[in-house]
Amino acid sequence: MLALAYLALLLVLPVGLVLWRTVEHGAGPVWHALTQPNAIHAFRLTVTVAVVAVVCNTIFGVGLAVLLVRHNFPGKRVLNAVVDLPLAVSPVVVGLALILVYGPSGGVGRWLGDHGMRVIFAVPGMVLATIFVSLPLVVREVAPVLEEIGTEQEQAAWTLGASSVQTFRRVTLPAIRWAVAYGVVLTLARALGEYGAVAVVSGRVVGKTQTATLFVEERFQNFDQSAAYAMAFALAVLAVVVLLALNLLRPSEET
Amino acid sequence: MAISVRHVSKSFGTFAAVHDVSVDIPSGTLTALLGPSGGGKSTLLRIIAGLETPDAGTVEIAGTDSTALPPQRRNVGFVFQHYAAFKHMTVARNVAFGLEIRKRPKAETRRRVQELLELVHLEQFADRYPAQLSGGQRQRMALARALAVEPEVLLLDEPFGALDAQVRKELRTWLRRLHDEVHVTTVFVTHDQEEAMEVADEIVVINNGMVEQIGTPDELYEKPANDFVMSFLGPVTRFNGTLVRPHDLELFTTPEPDTARGRVLRVVRLGFEVRVDVTTVGGEVWAQVTRGEAEKLGLEAGDEVFVRAARDAFVVRTAVGV
Repeated sequence: MLALAYLALLLVLPVGLVLWRTVEHGAGPVWHALTQPNAIHAFRLTVTVAVVAVVCNTIFGVGLAVLLVRHNFPGKRVLNAVVDLPLAVSPVVVGLALILVYGPSGGVGRWLGDHGMRVIFAVPGMVLATIFVSLPLVVREVAPVLEEIGTEQEQAAWTLGASSVQTFRRVTLPAIRWAVAYGVVLTLARALGEYGAVAVVSGRVVGKTQTATLFVEERFQNFDQSAAYAMAFALAVLAVVVLLALNLLRPSEET
Repeated sequence: MAISVRHVSKSFGTFAAVHDVSVDIPSGTLTALLGPSGGGKSTLLRIIAGLETPDAGTVEIAGTDSTALPPQRRNVGFVFQHYAAFKHMTVARNVAFGLEIRKRPKAETRRRVQELLELVHLEQFADRYPAQLSGGQRQRMALARALAVEPEVLLLDEPFGALDAQVRKELRTWLRRLHDEVHVTTVFVTHDQEEAMEVADEIVVINNGMVEQIGTPDELYEKPANDFVMSFLGPVTRFNGTLVRPHDLELFTTPEPDTARGRVLRVVRLGFEVRVDVTTVGGEVWAQVTRGEAEKLGLEAGDEVFVRAARDAFVVRTAVGV
């Protein structure tokens, strides 16, 4: 009962109110707010950044999980701790750190700038920031499952002649696929909703480096509440669709 | 020789799991690696399979030095205690795995899988998933999967260890029959002496990472090399500073040559056999006699009795602590 009240106060009520505020004047204003060029651009940018971050973090996340669970090497514990760092560090700090390295005054940033590549106050920086903050999610979903399935199936595959790559593709990957899927969903949700780190490195140029969350904040500050609520609503719908898709795809008999 | 292990050693940290072991396993035999848990027999089997790398020594499989070969290229079949079934594949796909990796033609793979499923009596379960099978069925599937690639040797690591007693007994009889049918050189690890005695042509007794004795079940039972082998392979009792099988002790109600005087502590009837516990000057000893003998002697607790080892009894001088 208490848990339900807790959920209602913290989750259902605020989200419900956003929904209510969005649609209280009908669908027209919502549509209008979401189809203005800046909104469309912000939404597209968010999706692009999120997709790139998800792809990178899925590939490297699975790789890191395999490295941490299946291999022993010096510095493993340090690496294990470093993977969790993005969860502990405030996203704003992440943004500032990225500016230090990739900004015009940072060594790497200057070198890249000399070669015509801009990272900070541009899309690459926003992708980097998003990858950084969502890095542990796939690793932390996949690692315990790898631990649990153990090494015997993989060893059985080896004795049957399968190479490491074949073993990974035919045995390991199918065994961890739901963990990967959850990691992807969590990463996607985190990437879609990221604000702090992206706000710092983006420069918030409307129509250029403004993501959906930045759009919500900027509209809200400019007393354009209907646009802010409309975009917030769109982000929430996207998150719910992703979660629902995962639950529908997942066959019921599997665990 | 199908397998030739030469001076193999393997340590985990400071623990010497296998120490300077040499074993030859002839082609076509069914051999048991027998010993107590933690004695190094599983490690030895995994070294033969290439799943562990020995610190020293060589492993030859079918005349090829395989010491440096990865498990993929040793042409061994391996069966794990906990089946290692590919959970996301059907029984048929599990069995077909090695053949698919080897890119055999589809029709051939299908035919071979069908044959193997018939061999292990799982043909009606081809489309099930491992989770829908019992432990014994899963282990038979694992066996079919290992046999599918026609391995040079078949290695089984405590194959029946996770099964309950009834299924265990059925499966080991079945394994023996299967081996007589398929004739692939087979090595299995077990800590159960009864299992080893019943199934194996030859037994390698391993303890503390070393080979204690190699021989047929009869040789090991009748002529154990030392007190460890003797006490591991069957019941023993200590009499006059030697180890002797309890059924090799003779009991008399009157003094006879070479007998020791004692007193009956307990008479326990276990169906056909009767266990008689006796205290003698040298300590407590127990004898196993048939029901008929026990009735003839008419022994009761407290009676005086005279004990000696049978003339042809095999005895081993005891080391301390057995």
